[in-house]
Amino acid sequence: MPEDLERYRRVMENAGLPPKIVEEALRRLEKLPREVWGRFVEEVIKDYESRLVEPGEVVGVVAAQSMGEPSTQMTLRTFHYVGIRELNVTLGLPRLIELVDARSKPSTPMMRIPLKGEYAKNEELAKQVVKEIEELLVGDLTVRYEIDPFEGQVILYIDLEQAERRDVGLEDIVKALKKVRNTDVFLDDPEKGIIRVVYLEEFSYVKLRQLKDKILSVRLKGIPGIRRAIVKKRSTGDGIEYYILTEGSNIRAVMKVPGVDARGVRSNDVFEVYREFGIEAARQVLIDEIVGVLREQGLDVDIRHIILLADAMTFTGRIRQIGRHGIVKDKKSVFARAAFEVVTTHLYNASARGEVDDLRGVAENIIVGQPMPYGTATLGAYFYMREPRGKQVKR
Amino acid sequence: MEAEEFDIFEHELVPVHILLTKEERAKLLKMLKKKPWQLPWIRASDPAARAIGARPGDVVKIIRKSRTAGEIVVYRYVVPG
Repeated sequence: MPEDLERYRRVMENAGLPPKIVEEALRRLEKLPREVWGRFVEEVIKDYESRLVEPGEVVGVVAAQSMGEPSTQMTLRTFHYVGIRELNVTLGLPRLIELVDARSKPSTPMMRIPLKGEYAKNEELAKQVVKEIEELLVGDLTVRYEIDPFEGQVILYIDLEQAERRDVGLEDIVKALKKVRNTDVFLDDPEKGIIRVVYLEEFSYVKLRQLKDKILSVRLKGIPGIRRAIVKKRSTGDGIEYYILTEGSNIRAVMKVPGVDARGVRSNDVFEVYREFGIEAARQVLIDEIVGVLREQGLDVDIRHIILLADAMTFTGRIRQIGRHGIVKDKKSVFARAAFEVVTTHLYNASARGEVDDLRGVAENIIVGQPMPYGTATLGAYFYMREPRGKQVKR
Repeated sequence: MEAEEFDIFEHELVPVHILLTKEERAKLLKMLKKKPWQLPWIRASDPAARAIGARPGDVVKIIRKSRTAGEIVVYRYVVPG
């Protein structure tokens, strides 16, 4: 009996069925009486083939419509909150636009960080990792600051309670501030947490204000860019698992933190993923992000359309936006480019350069009022008015 | 801190990349009846391409996990940049 299954597996594989369908078919095959196995496999293959896209199908247009129509139903509001502890996330139409425009920075970068072994099981350990990665700036601990334009100094009032909660002593702050150039740091009042930073060079009010900004953005601990981090839990098959969500993204640094499962670190920043892991990973993130946005809005778009979109954006090995600076710019046809945006510029430049339009695509043929070359119209007959001499002429 | 360099192919987002030999490359292009530049591209500077030592002109075989097909093999042509 297993040989039989093996044989049918080979039949289906040779027919070009993808592994996932073969597995599923074999699973169902086992539950059927043996007499019908042959017919069943035949049906599966026939069904699969009938669902393949026909040659010449305008898959791009279909994908565009399949995503375009549902997107008209999405919320225009930008901000949503994930969980009770309010992590700010851009969703809906603004996020979708951000993705297809291939903006180099998402408006709300986020990371999802799985933890290793014990860290994933123990909430206290998970919280330790959070402390390790969450960025803490001097400004986060400062209740109030004063700029003294007469003495040329900036006075900080540190929130001692907050500092204690974050495991930072006043000495740590003073030490960190000593790195700011051209200044001297004094701990005036350890009881009240007053720190004085004196500017050593000739000062002006403007310079002092710049100094203040510099002081407030001095990093005390954590990973640059990770503005917030929270522990979330999720129930898996065998118990509860803790993971971390962050606001802000820094893949490289986070992967090095002990306790972090580097293999599963994810970011919603497509370009950062591209820089760290390459084009294939970026493509996957694009797909997952777009699917995520649509699903969150309760819209059901077949994933194949989204895969096509992501493939179109990534097949040059870089991330190209859907638009006049990306995919449309690379189109060969003048009319197709002009049909998208800035019509006159494209036509003007094309005529100046003496470009020729072969009218092979969909858009340009609609413009000139011809049938579009899709489906059966992709084929055409060519006649040679003269007898081709000697060797045969191709195409 | 873990000192040693992380192997990007360990990461769940990065599929297997395999560098094709000269013979495999020729066989593939013959089978597809395509010129190499007609394949999707991958930049020579791409972290995954660098990790397997691909140089411009090579063809990389990529075995992706796919939600619709289970597993799918694609090829990318290594271009400079």
